[in-house]
Order: sequence, then structure tokens, then C-alpha cells
Amino acid sequence: MPFLIGEAMTGGYGAADILHDCTIAVDKGQIAVIVGPNGAGKSTAMKAVFGMLNLRKGRVVLDGTDITGLSPQDRVAQGMAFVPQTSNIFTSMTVEENLEMGAFLRRDDIRATIEQIYTLFPILKEKRRQAAGELSGGQRQQVAVGRALMTQPKLLMLDEPTAGVSPIVMDELFDRIIEVARTGISILMVEQNARQALEIADKGYVLVQGANRYTDTGEALLADPEVRRTFLGG
Amino acid sequence: MDFLNGLIALANYVLIPATSYGAQLALGALGVTLVYGILRFSNFAHGDTMAFGTMITILFTWLFQSWGISLGPLPTALLALPLGIIGTALFVLGTDRVVYRFYRRAKAAPVILVIVSMGVMFVMNGLTRFIIGTGEQNFADGSRFLITAGKFKMATGMEEGLAVRTTQVITVVTAVIVVALLFWFLNKTRTGKSMRAFSDNEDLALLSGINPERVVMVTWIIVAGLATIAGVLYGLDKSFKPFTYFQLLLPIFASAVVGGLGNPLGAIGGGFIVAYSEVAVTYAWKKVLGYWLPSALVPDGLAQLMGTDYKYAVSFVILIIVLLFKPTGLFKGKSV
Amino acid sequence: MSAPVKNSLLFLVLAMMFLASALMQSWGAALDMLVVGLASAIMALGVNMQWGYAGLFNVGVMGFSALGSLAMVLIATTARPQAWTAGGWMIPIALAIGAAVVLLAIGLWRWMPKGKVRALALIVLLIVGFIVYRAVFDPGVTAVEAINASAAGNIGGLGVAWFFQLLGASKDTALQLAVWVAWPVGGLIAAGAAWIVAKTALGLRSDYLAIATLGIAEIIVTVLKNEDWLDRGVKNVYGLPRPYPVPQQVDLQQHAGFISWAKSWGLDPTNAANRIVQLEYVVIFAVILIVILTLVELALKSPWGRMMRAIRDNEISAEAMGKDVKARHLQVFVIGSAVIGIAGAMVTSYTGLFSPTTYQPLRWTFLIWVMVIVGGSGNNWGSVLGGLLIYFLWIEVEPVGKWLLALITDPMPNTWALKGHLRESAEQMRLMTMGIVLLLVLRFSPRGLIPEK
Repeated sequence: MPFLIGEAMTGGYGAADILHDCTIAVDKGQIAVIVGPNGAGKSTAMKAVFGMLNLRKGRVVLDGTDITGLSPQDRVAQGMAFVPQTSNIFTSMTVEENLEMGAFLRRDDIRATIEQIYTLFPILKEKRRQAAGELSGGQRQQVAVGRALMTQPKLLMLDEPTAGVSPIVMDELFDRIIEVARTGISILMVEQNARQALEIADKGYVLVQGANRYTDTGEALLADPEVRRTFLGG
Repeated sequence: MDFLNGLIALANYVLIPATSYGAQLALGALGVTLVYGILRFSNFAHGDTMAFGTMITILFTWLFQSWGISLGPLPTALLALPLGIIGTALFVLGTDRVVYRFYRRAKAAPVILVIVSMGVMFVMNGLTRFIIGTGEQNFADGSRFLITAGKFKMATGMEEGLAVRTTQVITVVTAVIVVALLFWFLNKTRTGKSMRAFSDNEDLALLSGINPERVVMVTWIIVAGLATIAGVLYGLDKSFKPFTYFQLLLPIFASAVVGGLGNPLGAIGGGFIVAYSEVAVTYAWKKVLGYWLPSALVPDGLAQLMGTDYKYAVSFVILIIVLLFKPTGLFKGKSV
Repeated sequence: MSAPVKNSLLFLVLAMMFLASALMQSWGAALDMLVVGLASAIMALGVNMQWGYAGLFNVGVMGFSALGSLAMVLIATTARPQAWTAGGWMIPIALAIGAAVVLLAIGLWRWMPKGKVRALALIVLLIVGFIVYRAVFDPGVTAVEAINASAAGNIGGLGVAWFFQLLGASKDTALQLAVWVAWPVGGLIAAGAAWIVAKTALGLRSDYLAIATLGIAEIIVTVLKNEDWLDRGVKNVYGLPRPYPVPQQVDLQQHAGFISWAKSWGLDPTNAANRIVQLEYVVIFAVILIVILTLVELALKSPWGRMMRAIRDNEISAEAMGKDVKARHLQVFVIGSAVIGIAGAMVTSYTGLFSPTTYQPLRWTFLIWVMVIVGGSGNNWGSVLGGLLIYFLWIEVEPVGKWLLALITDPMPNTWALKGHLRESAEQMRLMTMGIVLLLVLRFSPRGLIPEK
């Protein structure tokens, strides 16, 4: 049994289903990446795992417990953390306040966690007193990831963390994500930049029209000529 | 010497009254801006919340006066103020529970909430008039002046007198304390920060586990406090009349919008901008100019730009100019 | 129950309520409510066009109806030539100067390059313009206001009645005929003000527009209260004429033929005269209401109305489809305000009194909103129903409240101050009741009594 599994998920926002019998799983300390063409339901699959849409069929199991019925807030308490694609920081608050808000549910001392995040993202320590909205795109994403990590989650979910950042910043973000995974946190991530993402992925899911098309290790998917031709542009 | 006399006249008729009026507006605008930031609608009932809170305070003031309790030189109303705040907070929380919460859960459009707040305005307005009547109430007691014009003239030997009323000083001192407390709360405490986070990005605040109902509750309590304090200070400084408080809605909205809706710092700046402009435009400058200009240049008329009745026009013009040229306000508010 | 049956029933119930009031209280009170209720229904129609058709949040209804009633003072009163010769001629010149300065300032802002020079030029222009304006305006005003201040002191009518006299009408008839001009002119003045408001504030978000219109209304009423040369301000204008051919009660009461006619029916001539005047108003107002209702219903069903609602429901997609959203909003805002203005003028000619202090936002703005929302936003029939129903409640809450409070306070000993206080405060119950009605409708029947189709 994987650490997290969204099993045979079927559902959508309104009457029409977007996901069809879609399964996403990630093991402890591993990185799983969801890729696919536009409108394939990648973000929807992620939101389904996080409980942001109602599933008609299927279930979500985290660390052996069925969490299908829980609200997103309750899932946060269960050890999941989610970084939305947009508006994922408190722009008018300082970097440090963003981190504090991330740990809002925690009643223990959070200073150690903040220090860990500053070690992971040194630039944030430098800018800790600055309003997060004034930072560059890549720095904002670091704040967003940092905020999510403040709950000390067991699973971190990222919705297109590299959207809109430069290639250099993207590489750096991916490096940081690998580092996070090494601390034992499982990572589930949706990515537009499929090739780079699959390079760091332990497991890759190629979704098409809300259903699993290819599922394999990142390496294997990158090597699969069919996947390369259809989804990675040759 | 003439220059100094002119300066004293200016302070006496413009600076001091406008400063205390500005402080009152700032406190009122803070309430509007907090509701806007957290609950995301323009609260048309705010003027009447101020009236309601002031009414409760007045009732307790009368009670204390009948018991013979007083604060010496300070107005008894200050003693009744905490009770007024508690009463208003309870009423406002009740309103939220019975009225606003339903629309919040239904995620109603802001304009619907504005209309709902119109309904609340009617009820509060009617309730206030029902309990205390429509007439004017003077409830200021204690000593009237800190410095009287006569004493000032004697002490300084100046031609112009400078009078400082106790209520003006109380207004400014209270406003400074309240604002300092509010900013400490918003910037340093966990609950205050969670309010700012909620105002900034509601979805992310929810993701972070911030309880929206708690944020809303704390907001209403603070808003009730601010509204009552602003109302009582205004009533002490001028007088209490329910309809006047309804009309205060316009300069208060103007202050909040000028400063940028949702931005507390802006509300304070906006309050003073509106107050100074209002007083400056409706003041008859003849006296001050008489000291400052050579007699040939002193105008024959009162040198009053607009009659005092037009003071609301001033806040309105400021409002329109800001909305047209800088819709998010001078201090960068949000536009939801 | 199908919608037409239900709606007819609603109107039937309303009619019964008015009838009950006529029988239990008095015909005079019931007819009075009906007359003002009909005018309120027209105002509600105006607001409904803006809000129900286009989603424009106008909280300045009071201002537009006050401007409408200003037309009664300017059109349906006798001219006062001595005011013009004494210096009144300077006032329009001053106003023209003021307008020119504003236009020039706007032009300067648009056409001069951005920078310090522009700012300086603008400030100089405004200061100099203001001084010149006041230099012409103030002596004119002083001269006009000096003329027989206790009875006149304003510029008087603009000569419409005089024109009818030229055509051969007697002095009184000419004034009565002028009322028919005053009503549409009231609409025009309101429309003009609405155009200026719309030009500056329509692009704003809904609650900013609300605040802006709230302010405009407050300012319009302040102007009417303070500019004595225009309308005598708080000194009020009394005895405004009735629309031709509605007679003055006094004339009717002294008319020999009428007295004998009333006696033959066993009626008290004084009362009968009052009722007949009211009935004539009911007929006139009802006809105007039906005409306006027909027009707005036709407009709603026309392609124009469909487009308005399309814009209201999705502004962005309507814009993407090439609709000029701003121009359409401007149109409907101006037309709606004109309708409000007409109704404002009508109410003033019914009361015969122009009194700017009676313009209170709770009564003239927010009550109209209660009418629209309770009746059903977006539905014209709903506005008519809401207008009549809410005005009925507004008036009836007071006696009912008094009765209720008398009932509650009856067992209290007379020595209690509370008893007297409660009995005196009954009047204030109406605000609370209106608020509660509005909140209940918003909560449990947000689409109103007659929902939009």
C-alpha cells in the first residue's frame, strides 16, 4: 500500500465528470508527478486528492486511513499540505508572517521549523521582514512552499510550482523539492514542464481526458518513445 | 506678532477642531475598512452602529450621573464607554449570527451584502430613535476647557485667544491609544495576524487552518469597539443626534476610500485628509488673512470658499477625485 | 398556482388592504396612501430599471426625486421679473462661467502634456475661475434674495405659466397647465444630473457607485436647502398648483353647484371636495403609472432589454461580444433617474409644498429600495406592487405601532416614565419594521414577491 493513494477517482465540479477512474499514488519520501496535455484534468486530480471536489466514486487513503470524507482543512490537520498554483502567498504580509500563518494550527514552538525553512531557502531569511508581494516570482514560490511546509506535513502537494518562473529558477526550485523529499516528505506535483519534472520524478502519471494513460517511473516514461512523441515533443 | 496671531487663529479655528474631527473620522473609517477587508462589503449600517453604541454609552452615563458617580474633570461618558462597547458588540454579533452569516455561507455577492446592511441600518436606526428619540442629546460633563481663550490671552499677552476643549484633547489622546492598540493587535498577535491573512487571501487562510468564523467574530467585536468610541468622541465633541450619525457615513466612507478600502493605515490618513479639507474649505479665512496679508490685500468678504452646510460636498469631491484617478486609494487598498 | 393567478391574487390582497384602511380608518387616509403609493411605484420602476435591468446600484434616489420636485418650483410658479432685473441675470452668467471653467479644466487635463506645468495651469485656472465666478454670482444672489425675503426672495418661475397666459389661459389655469410641463422637466433635470453622475461614477465598482450616489443625493439636497435664490431653501415654497384640471379643494368647497350636488348625495361638501381632488390625483397618477409601466415593459421585452439583462448577467462576455457596456449603463441610469425625477415632481404637486428638509434618505432612497426588492428586482409589476404595498406599510405601521404600544403599556402604572416614552416613540417603529421586512424578504424570498421571469 502506498503512503497516499487516490484510487479510481471519478467526479467533477458540476454535473459532468472530469476525472474518470483515475488513480494517483505516491510512496513515502518519493516524488510523484502528474503530467499531460492542457485540460487533461491534472489539477483536478490533485484537487480531488485534497478534497476540493466531490468524488462520485473512488476513495483517498492517506497512511492507511480513508480520508475521502474529510474537508481540505481536516486533511491539513492529517498531514497534507497544498500549494495552489496562484494566489499562494499572503502578499501584504512579511515573509516571516507568511510562515507563521502556515503554522497557524500548531500550538508548539515553531521557531525550529522556521529555521529549517530558512536553511532550505536561504533567500527567505534575508527577506524575512519584507512583504511577500514584493518578491520575485521564484522567491514567491519559495515562500509558498515554505508556508506549506510549516505544518510539518507528511505529504506536500504542489500545483504547477514552476508556472511563470525562468528556467534557471525552475531548476533551483526542483532542486529544493528534491531536498524536501529527502527529509521523508512525499511529494505530489502537477507540472507543465513535463520533461524536467519527470527527470526528478520517482513516479510519473500521464493523464489524458481525466484518465490514466501511462503510469511508470519518471525515467521509464522519459525513455518511452510513445510518451516522448505524444507528450514531450519528440 | 501679527504672524503669530494669525497662526493662533489658524490653530484655534482650523487645526485643533480639524484634528479632533479627523481623529473621529479615522476611527469610524477604521471600522468600515475592517469590515470591508474581512467581510468584503461596504457596511452602510456603520453610521448607525456608531449611533447605537453612543446611545448605550449615553444611557449608562445618565445612570452613573444619577448615582452621583463622575470622573471629576473628565466626562462620565468615558466610564460608561466600556459598557457601551460591550452592548454594541453583543448587538453586532447577534446581527452577524442572525443576518450576515447566512449570506457569508451562501457566498453572496458583495452588493447583496450591501443591501443586507441597508436592512440592518434601518433596524439599528429605528431602534436608536425608538430608545433615545430623534432629538439632540448633550452628555458631556466634567470641565469644558483645558485652556480657555481668556486665560491664554492673559498668559501670553496675545491678541488672539486659543481655546482647547477637554473633549478635543480626549478625542486625540483616545484615538492615539486606540490606534496604537489596534495596530499592535493586528501586527503582533496571532489572532490579529490571522485577520490580516484572512483579509489578504481568504482561500489560503482557510488552507492554513484559520477559522473564518473566529476571524469574523473578532472583527465584529473590534468594529463595535471602534464605532462606539468614534461615536462617543464625536458626541462629546459636538452633540449626539441619530440623524447626524447617519450622515457621517459619507465622510467616513470618503476617508476609508481615500485611504484605500481595506487598509487600516489608509483609513487614518484618509480621516485626516477629509477632516482638514472639510474644515479648511468651509472656514472663513478673513481673520487669519487679516493678520497675514497687508491690509490692502485683505479680502472684503469672509473669504469662505463654501458655506459650512456644504461640508459633505467636500468629502464627496475628494472621494470622486480619488476614485477617478486612483481607485485603490492613496495608501493602496484592495479592490475586490 | 400559476404565476399570473398568484400575481393577480397579490394585487387583489393589496386592494383589499387599501379598502380595509378606507373602511376602518378613513377614505381620506386610504386615498392619500394610494396617491403617494402610485407615485412611489413610479419611483420604484425607475430604480428597478437601473438595478433590475442593469445591476446599477443607485443609492441617490432622494437626490433625483428632489431635483424633480425642483421643477415644480421653477416651472409651475409665477415669474418674478423684478428678481431678474434686480440682479438675477447675473446668476445664470455666473453659472455659465462656472461650467466653462470646469469644462476648460477638463480640456486642460486632457490635452496638455502631463507634468508640473499642467498641474500649475489647472490650479491657477481653478482659483481664478472660482474668484470670477463668485464675483459675479454673489451680488446676483444678494440682489435676488433681498426682494421681499419673507414671501419671495428667489428667482421665481421661469415663465412657462406666463406663456400659457399669452395663449389666453387665466392666471390660475396657466399655472395649472404649467404643472404638466413641470413633471417632464423634473424628469429632464434629474436626467441631466444623472448624466453628470454617470459620466464620473459609472465605471466604478458597485459599492463605490453606491457611495458616490449616496453623496450626490446628500449634496443635491444641501444645495436645495441652501440656495435660497433658487427655491427659497428651508423657507419652503407653499401652495404649488395642481395639474389642470384638478381644482383646489377650497374653490370646490365654495362652488354653489358642487355644494348642492354634494348635499343631494348626502355628503359633507368639505370632505367630498377633498375626496374628489384625491380621486382625480389617483386617476392621473394611475394613468401615468400605466403609461410608464407599458413603456418600460416594452423596453424590457425589446432587443434593448434583452441586451441590458445580458450585460447585467455577464458583463465580461457581453463586452467581448462587442456590446458597449458603458454606454448602455449610462443610458439606463439616465432614463431610470428621469423616471424618478418625474415621480418626485408629481409628489410635490400633490402635497403642494416644496420643502427640501423633508428629503431624508431613509424615506426617499432606502424606502424605495425596499419597495423594489420586496416587489421583486427585475420585474416591473413587482415594483408596482412593492411601491404600493411598502408605502401602505410605511404609513400603517405608525397607527398599528401606536395601538400595539398602547396595548403593551396599558398595564403599566402612569408614574413610569417608560410608559410615556414608549407611547411617544411609536413613530420610530416604521424604520425597524421596514428593516425587518427587507431582511426577511432578502433571506427567505430573495427574488421578491413577483420574481423576475
